[in-house]
Amino acid sequence: MAEEKFDAIIVGAGPAGSTAAYLLAQEGLDVLLIEKGTTPGSKNVSGGRMYAHALNRIIPNFWDEAPVERPVTREIITFLNGEQSVSLDCHDVNWGKPPYHSFTVLRTEFDAWLASKAEDAGAVLACAIRVDEVLKENGKVTGIRAGEDEMLADVVIAADGANSITAQQAGLSKVFTAHQVATGVKQVIELPPETISQRFQVDGNHGAAQLFVGDCTKGMQGGGFLYTNKSSLSLGLVVSTAELQRCQIKMSEILEEFKESPHLAPLIEGGQAAEYSAHLIPEAGLGMIPQLYGDGILVAGDAAGLVLNLGYIVRGMDFAVASGEAAAKTVIVAKARSDFSRQGLAAYQGFLKESFVLRDLEAYRNAPRFQENHRLFNEYPRLATGLVSKLFTVDGTPPVHLLAKVLGQIKENRISLWQLAVDSWKGAKNL
Amino acid sequence: MKRLSIEQLLGLDKFAVDDDEAHIVLDKTICASCQPKPCTYACPAGLYTVKDGEICFDYAGCLECGTCRVVCPQASAAISWKYPRGGFGVSFRYG
Repeated sequence: MAEEKFDAIIVGAGPAGSTAAYLLAQEGLDVLLIEKGTTPGSKNVSGGRMYAHALNRIIPNFWDEAPVERPVTREIITFLNGEQSVSLDCHDVNWGKPPYHSFTVLRTEFDAWLASKAEDAGAVLACAIRVDEVLKENGKVTGIRAGEDEMLADVVIAADGANSITAQQAGLSKVFTAHQVATGVKQVIELPPETISQRFQVDGNHGAAQLFVGDCTKGMQGGGFLYTNKSSLSLGLVVSTAELQRCQIKMSEILEEFKESPHLAPLIEGGQAAEYSAHLIPEAGLGMIPQLYGDGILVAGDAAGLVLNLGYIVRGMDFAVASGEAAAKTVIVAKARSDFSRQGLAAYQGFLKESFVLRDLEAYRNAPRFQENHRLFNEYPRLATGLVSKLFTVDGTPPVHLLAKVLGQIKENRISLWQLAVDSWKGAKNL
Repeated sequence: MKRLSIEQLLGLDKFAVDDDEAHIVLDKTICASCQPKPCTYACPAGLYTVKDGEICFDYAGCLECGTCRVVCPQASAAISWKYPRGGFGVSFRYG
C-alpha cells in the first residue's frame, strides 16, 4: 500500500546517504533516510580513517561535535618480511591542528552522529528496515518496497554500500566481480589511551595510521592496516577477493598470525579484542563504476564503487560524503525543473567531476591495475627489508659499498633490473 | 595476545539471529558439483564448511560482507544472498 510520497528516499544511512539526506532536508525537501541496521552505523565497517576535507566543507569544524577518535599526525608504511621490517615514518604535527587532515573513526558512533544531523535538519530516519525491492513504473524508479510497505518518491538515492542491492535491482549495477573488490577483516583491540599515545609516539589525543605490505598477506595482493582510536586500535588485513578465491587462505587465521608477528605484537601487547568484523571494499576505481544515475535514481558512495586505493593512501569516506553532496545538488536541480528522468539527473556526473570524486579517480585510473603486480607484495618488500637490514649490519665482514649492496640484494631476490626500472616508472607515474 | 579461534572472534560480536528467515540460501545441488568451493576458505566468518562431502552453511554468525557472493563460481545460481531482515543480523558496536 502506498502511503505518502517523499521528494527523495535515500537507502543507507552511511556517510553518503546521511550527507545527501542532511543537505536535502536543509533545503526543505521531504526526505526519508532508510537504514537496515537497528541504528545508523551498526552495519557499517571501515578500516578506520576519514580524510576531513569533504565533510568540513559541508559541516564546518565538524570535529567540534562529531564523535571522531584521533586526528592522525603520524603516517607509517611498513614493509614486512619474516623477522625483518622497514618503515617509512612521517610525523606532521600540523595535521593535528584545525583544519585537521584526517581522523580515525569508529563507524557505529560516527555514522549515528551524521544520521542524527540529517534528522535534526528534518529528514525522516527509519531504522531496522531492509529494502526488498525497487519499485518501477514504465522503467522509472518510483520508490521502494520494504516487506509489505511501499514508499514512493521522486528520486531514490542508492547509498547502501558495496553490496548495493538497490543499484542492482534498479539495473544500474551488477554484483561486483572478485577482481573488482577486496575483502577486509578487522579487529578492534582495546588499550588504555596513554598506552596508545606512548606506543605510537604521538601527543595526547593525536593518532597514527600504519599500513603494512609484505608477508602479512602471504604474498597475496593486499596489505595490513592499523589505526589508533582513543582507547582502541583498529587492526586488520585487506586482500583482493580474487586472491582469496584462488589461494585457499583464511583471513581470520592470517590476521591472528599477523598479531603474533614481532613487528606487531609489541604494539598490541596487553590489548583486549573487542570486535571482529569483515567488509567488502570496491577497489577497481573507474573500472567498476556502475551507471551512476538512471530514471529516478542516483547511486552514491561504496554502492557506486567510489573508493581510491593507492597503496599508501586509502580513501572511501571522503568520496562517500562528496558523492552524497553531489547527489543532493543533483536532486535540488532536478526538483527545481521537476525533471527526475535520467536526463534530468545527468547533472550528477558533472557535480561529481566538479568535486574531487571523479577527478581523482580519473587521475589515478591506472592505480588498480598497477597494484595487481605481485612483485609489490613479494619481491619488493623482501628487497626493501633485506637491503636496509644489510645497511645497518656490522659484523666484521669486508666492506661493500652501497651500489654493490643494492645490486646484491636485487640479485638475491631474483629481480631483473629492467623489471625494477619498469615497475618504478609505472609506480611513479600511476600512484 | 593469545590466538583466537573463529568461534571466539565471532563470540565478540553481537548478533540478533532471525530464526524465521535465512538471509543466505544455498542451492546444494549446484554446490555439490563445485570442486574448488572457494566459500569454505574465503568467508571471513568461516561459516561455509564441508561435512560428509556436503556443503554446510550457518547464517547465524554472518558478518554480512558479501564475500561469498563474490567468490562463488556460480554465484547467481548457487547463492541467494540478501541482507537479514531489518533489525536482524550482526550489530557492530564499534564498526
